Amino acid sequence: MNEITATAKGVRHKQQSTRFWALFAAPGTAWLLALFVVPFYAVLALAFGHPDPIFGSAIPEWNPLKWDATALRDALSRIFGGDLGTVVIRTFTYVGITLVICILVGYPVAYYVARSARKSRGIILTALVLPFWISYLMRMLAWVNLLAPDGMVNRFLDWIGIFGGPKNFLSGNAVTVIIGLAYGYIPFFILPLYASLERMDVRLIEAARDLGASRARAFWRITWPLSRQGLMAASVITVLPMFGDYYTNGYLSGSPNTSMIGNQIEYYLHGSTSPQTGAALVIVLSVLLVILMAYYLVSTARAASSVALR
Amino acid sequence: MTVVKRRRGIPALAAITWLYILWSIVPVVIAVQFSFNAGKSRSVWQGFSMRWYTGDPNQSVLHDPTLRHAMANSLWLAFGAMVIATPLGTALAIGLARWRSRLAKPANGLMLFPLVTPEIVMGVSLFIVFVNLFTGVSAGFTRQLLGHATFTISYVVIIVRGRLLSIGTQLEEAARDLGATRWQAVRTILLPLLKPAIFASLMIVFATSIDDFVISSFLSTGASDETVPMKIYSSTKGTATPALNALATVMLVITLAAITVAVLVMRKLNHDDSGHPAAALISISS
Repeated sequence: MNEITATAKGVRHKQQSTRFWALFAAPGTAWLLALFVVPFYAVLALAFGHPDPIFGSAIPEWNPLKWDATALRDALSRIFGGDLGTVVIRTFTYVGITLVICILVGYPVAYYVARSARKSRGIILTALVLPFWISYLMRMLAWVNLLAPDGMVNRFLDWIGIFGGPKNFLSGNAVTVIIGLAYGYIPFFILPLYASLERMDVRLIEAARDLGASRARAFWRITWPLSRQGLMAASVITVLPMFGDYYTNGYLSGSPNTSMIGNQIEYYLHGSTSPQTGAALVIVLSVLLVILMAYYLVSTARAASSVALR
Repeated sequence: MTVVKRRRGIPALAAITWLYILWSIVPVVIAVQFSFNAGKSRSVWQGFSMRWYTGDPNQSVLHDPTLRHAMANSLWLAFGAMVIATPLGTALAIGLARWRSRLAKPANGLMLFPLVTPEIVMGVSLFIVFVNLFTGVSAGFTRQLLGHATFTISYVVIIVRGRLLSIGTQLEEAARDLGATRWQAVRTILLPLLKPAIFASLMIVFATSIDDFVISSFLSTGASDETVPMKIYSSTKGTATPALNALATVMLVITLAAITVAVLVMRKLNHDDSGHPAAALISISS
């Protein structure tokens, strides 16, 4: 009898506890449902909506059973073989080159910091974190100042006497955009890579060296394979936002010659009468990014299981 | 011996690292320097002055109404986001850490999503939902504020959750065993222990909100709700004066002050689990 009431009490106790903690999670969850999930659904509803019979612009269709894929098909046909094809290829090219720069500069930096003595590490780390807290646009503003027609870069080039006359760096110059992207995103690349290199067991390298491996061989056989996961993570973290970036090249170039997917999305939503096209492009971009994420997660899981099997 | 071995060959790496650090910081330092330029140029140095901060009667940060307005907008947005996102995120973190239910996992996933969603996707979706569905929310500042609070909640959850994990549940259980109600245990045990994390969250929300360009820009209706990053973006390259650099510098100082205070407080209040301020910086950056 007593035992039964005790269990009943325990159950009630547990239910109360669940309800109590659910109340804590409720407001934040509701907020994110209303202002993160519903808005994304609104993008779908607009992209799959019907054109308004009077004004011509699309009205969102909230019932998924009545969705109309015309706008998405149009967007896809413009990407594969149409005028948006060049923009997409350009986006991939810029992001790809920037990622290569991130790896070439970021890997040595992350490696050096992870292997440097703990005492001197603090100041370097602070310097590496600093760009995170300087407004992105201020960092771009700094480059606009430097690259202006009478800016320091042009005056320096003039002084050493190459190119003749000030170069116009700030309008339609692909190199400027790529340098801007690299400058903007490298900090996001270095930190996660540093975190993974720092966790690596140094004794493995020492063992390889003691067994007679050269420095290069120890690096390629031990460090490089062990850092591949961190490299992947860092790449995904930098590449995801870069695919949606429109302000870096909007600010440093502002020319259709360097336009990326993000610029097209921004244009259709802000500057045109067809936000539906913009919504369709957002969906295409999201699918691309989800595929990237999934590839990353699957490869991480596979690597983890192969390590476990070994 | 091994230490000596490992040190060799590192000079090249050290050079790359320091060159990188110079490259990453010097342009910004130059931009700050030109905010003190006596002349109108943002690239030719004409001597030191405070002209673009306070001196110029029309175009300085102090006297140009559009610059002052942009700064006020940025600060109000950041302050509002701080006030909304910090309590929501703190409660969510506590709930997710203690809530044993099948719904806890999806809620946790939902919280992580904003962290990996590119800003443009969030900006576009908020824009579309306000234009087509939540039309009752007044355009401009209110929409921007709701947007900022949304993308900063997840940062708060991550910071507070980290602290919750290191606190554990024993102290709360002890309080409960001694007769405290659940709510009393939260109020008298958990919240005081969470203070440094909550404070750090406030500062991080403030700093990320002040830096935001994409969300503010997508939800803006025009000059009346322009923020500082939008002002920087929209100013045409040729005609802008060093006042723009001065404005950016003021915001930079405010942001760095907020971060420094956050790091110092975190370090003072839980110095046992992070040796160096840089460790705290990294834990709140990533």
